[in-house]
Amino acid sequence: MSGTRTSGDTKYLFKRDKTWWVKLAVPRKLRDELGYDLRRSLHTHDLDEARETRWAAIEEFREQIEMARARNSEASSTGRQIVGEHIVEIVSDSGEGAQKCGQILGLVSGKMGNGVWTVEIIPAEIQPPARERQGASGIRVRMGSKYVTNMGNQADIVVAFNEQVLYSRISNGAYKKGTVVLLENMWAEDPDETIRRQYADALQDFYAQGLIVHELPIQQECLRLVEDPRRGKNMFVLGMLCRIYHRDVDKARDEIAKTFRKKSDEVIRINHELFDAGYAFARDELDYEYEIPSADDERLASAIVVNGNQAVGLGVMAAGIELVAMYPITPATSASHYLADDFPLTGGFVHQAEDEIAAIGFAIGASYAGQTACTITSGPGMALKTEMIGLAVMAEIPLVIVDVQRGGPSTGLPTKIEQGDLLSSVFGMPGDSPMVVIAAATIDECFHFVSLARKIAESFRTPVILLTDANLATGVQPIARPDVTEDWFPPPIDQSAWDENVPPYDWDEETGLSERPIPGMPGGEYILTGLAHNRFSRIAYDSESNQEGAIMRSRKLAALAATLKPPEVYGDPTGDLLLVSWGSTCGAIEEAVDLARADGKRVSSLHLRFLSPLEPGLEAIFRGFGQITTIELNYSDEPDMPLINRETRRYAQLAQVLRAHTLMDVECWSVVPGHPLSPRRIGKVIDAHLAKPGSAGTKGVH
Amino acid sequence: MFGLKGDWSLEVKDRYFTLDDYCGAEPRWCTGCGDHGILAAVHRVCRDAQLKPEKTVAVSGIGCSSRLPHYMKTYGFHGLHGRALPVACGIKSRRPDLDVWVATGDGDCFSIGAAHWIHAMRYNVDLTMLVFDNGIYGLTKKQTSPTTPVDVPTNTHPSGTLLPPLNPLTVTLGITNVSFVAQIVDWNAKLRHQVIEMAHRHKGTGFVRIIQRCPVYVESIGRTLQEEPARMQLLTHGYGVEADDSVKRQFPNHAEHDPTDLAGALGIAADDSVLPLGILYRNPDAPRYDDISSAGLEMSVQEKLAGLNRAFDHFAI
Repeated sequence: MSGTRTSGDTKYLFKRDKTWWVKLAVPRKLRDELGYDLRRSLHTHDLDEARETRWAAIEEFREQIEMARARNSEASSTGRQIVGEHIVEIVSDSGEGAQKCGQILGLVSGKMGNGVWTVEIIPAEIQPPARERQGASGIRVRMGSKYVTNMGNQADIVVAFNEQVLYSRISNGAYKKGTVVLLENMWAEDPDETIRRQYADALQDFYAQGLIVHELPIQQECLRLVEDPRRGKNMFVLGMLCRIYHRDVDKARDEIAKTFRKKSDEVIRINHELFDAGYAFARDELDYEYEIPSADDERLASAIVVNGNQAVGLGVMAAGIELVAMYPITPATSASHYLADDFPLTGGFVHQAEDEIAAIGFAIGASYAGQTACTITSGPGMALKTEMIGLAVMAEIPLVIVDVQRGGPSTGLPTKIEQGDLLSSVFGMPGDSPMVVIAAATIDECFHFVSLARKIAESFRTPVILLTDANLATGVQPIARPDVTEDWFPPPIDQSAWDENVPPYDWDEETGLSERPIPGMPGGEYILTGLAHNRFSRIAYDSESNQEGAIMRSRKLAALAATLKPPEVYGDPTGDLLLVSWGSTCGAIEEAVDLARADGKRVSSLHLRFLSPLEPGLEAIFRGFGQITTIELNYSDEPDMPLINRETRRYAQLAQVLRAHTLMDVECWSVVPGHPLSPRRIGKVIDAHLAKPGSAGTKGVH
Repeated sequence: MFGLKGDWSLEVKDRYFTLDDYCGAEPRWCTGCGDHGILAAVHRVCRDAQLKPEKTVAVSGIGCSSRLPHYMKTYGFHGLHGRALPVACGIKSRRPDLDVWVATGDGDCFSIGAAHWIHAMRYNVDLTMLVFDNGIYGLTKKQTSPTTPVDVPTNTHPSGTLLPPLNPLTVTLGITNVSFVAQIVDWNAKLRHQVIEMAHRHKGTGFVRIIQRCPVYVESIGRTLQEEPARMQLLTHGYGVEADDSVKRQFPNHAEHDPTDLAGALGIAADDSVLPLGILYRNPDAPRYDDISSAGLEMSVQEKLAGLNRAFDHFAI
């Protein structure tokens, strides 16, 4: 790009019949009043003289524009539209900073008291080719007056840095008729004819789909301030959006300064300038103005704004965990990135191990030695850790294992959401390996469930798997600031003498529970082993010892289940349809249930936090509904697929567990789209189930 | 006290540990197995250092070697095949007060646990690492290990192993931040004790490869060396092994080697014609991971809570 900064300075000048004139463009909104530009003759043929005298004229023009703007804003201030919520997307090629832009918009909105949920749109490659449909990188920000629990339905406004990246979003159903597209227009005049044609074709497509497209000279505007708008355009767009939504400018500027705090003051200054320019551009050139009144929800009275992985990191610190051992894996790693920054504040240490197995081995070693330890990973890492998890079960070593689920199997969809690790978490270890598995439904639970996991791990002398997912990991939401007290932290490692008459596995017959000696305790010396062993931790190959060990380990799960309460039904406790779910789908499902119930449909939902052991009373709850179906983001066969019948159909993962657990005909609806479910899509599932013939009546198969 | 000079201080130990205080279950290794001698040396080094049994942890993986913790009366961790080192490093990382030993073997360390071997050498956590190298998989009954000599028939290569054996010394010496590398044979008690004692005293990972006899499956490996002592070369030095005459008599082939000379050590290790014994390399100044990973241990609960609130402030509205 060239030409905006000419070497012979003729800025604001043009020549007519040898005479130099000066002109200044009028912002679009003021053109009715002032015309396209303000211009006047400088009455000189001499360029140098014109260069001198133009400034007085420009000053005068600017004053005229300001006065017109003041008159105009008085008139139009009531034109600002008040909305209960809005969904914005920013999509770009990778590396153009769309996510940073949306994150700041979300943060500022959260800090202004709005309910917020953000979802990142992440390509799997770091630098996919530019202008590629599948290379879309971006973010969705849902802002509302009320508490927001999910990504919502279709976007209201989308800012696109090129037209191609919109296609993958369109095919994901992210937009509706009337969605406003603010589109970078530089491609219309690209030197490459193919690109120009693609751009023109795309515009036709977008219009045909009912999108309202505004072509904006974002690149051109940014070039006034920076040489390479690939870095910086995002802050210009942030400025635009902050104007459109009347966001607090000071808060936004603070966040920008925070974002670039590790860079120079010059970088912060330039990004502030870009932000201001974008803000002014939207003010002058765009007619969209919205206000989203802030929520009066008391959960936001004293809040922190975090994503799910930061919540896990803070949860680790608040749980008094002292060591996190990890190996880089998407989408779990950012939890460790966060901890690498702040963990020393609570005396903790992040160990980046040589591989996934070493990571859990290191954590197990630390835990065996009395430290509270945790390992954080994702599906492929869980697969590698399987043998170690089995060891922790067998030798009864407390450990918190966080699995930030992604698409699978194998490398699968590294950056995208799936709830595919439920069965492998519960049943993945060879032999009988009773596992405690819990799943966070919200970002708030990403924080609190780490403490829950640690307490279960220590009380029941067992590893605990905490499932989150890519949606929670990157979703940003304000949550109530946790009220942590000193007793959340573990006491110093107990080094008092161990009664030599108490064996290291002094299993209680009722519960399977036992205290464990910690190295350093005199009299407690024992040899932990992954081999079959008796109460004395002596290798025992005999049948009786093996049976006893298996019974004791299994009994701990029953003992834990006995402490749980039945889950609460969302909606009426009886009805035509019950949706059963787990993990991050909770918010979208409950929103869909609200909408359906408002329409008079007899639908409720039940969200499970404990997957192993299950919360009690499920069968009784299910009996109150005509149909029960799970809603999950993992694969299942649909009944009408080729070759699929009652014998061959593979059910979704929670459905398999519940069918075995309740002996009831629990149906399932599940998909693997790589993105979260919208309330709208769940609404359609509800309608389809309610429309089934003979949908009333319990379908127990006793 | 009567007859004693007033400025003498008598060191009175409230606990004195004998060999029995370190001896656990009766070893179940085969008769003639080299592991018995190594265990005896470990017991003696523990006794000589008066290690508190409750502060001592023996960690192992899977294999004949890895039964060692069961024969100790300390704390022990008999874990998974190949994974002793991550567990041991995890134990030591946040418990600098514990004395950590690792017992591993040629299959456990050089094959399934090879990744951990390399990285543990670089972490240089303060522990004593004994590799019982008998050149064969014993517990699973005679499969080829990475160090099985070429042409030795095994159950997985009945016509003889296919490839020349791995040289664990050149690999170990080639790892950045390695700090202590030694090699011994199980059947010389004096040298065995001296080198294991030095490895234990070393601040950092004391790596000792022990050529260990398996009389059941590869009796020839030990016998050949015992019959032809010239195939071994004892490295002596004032900063390494200062062998007395009795040891030197057993190893007529001996040479001076300065253990601070890494390049020299690599040259010796790479020479396949003789088996070097003694200390190849020693650097007490290499950075130790446990020094870094133990940061923050002294922090009080009040300080932690204050720190956590600072962390919340980073995200506060």
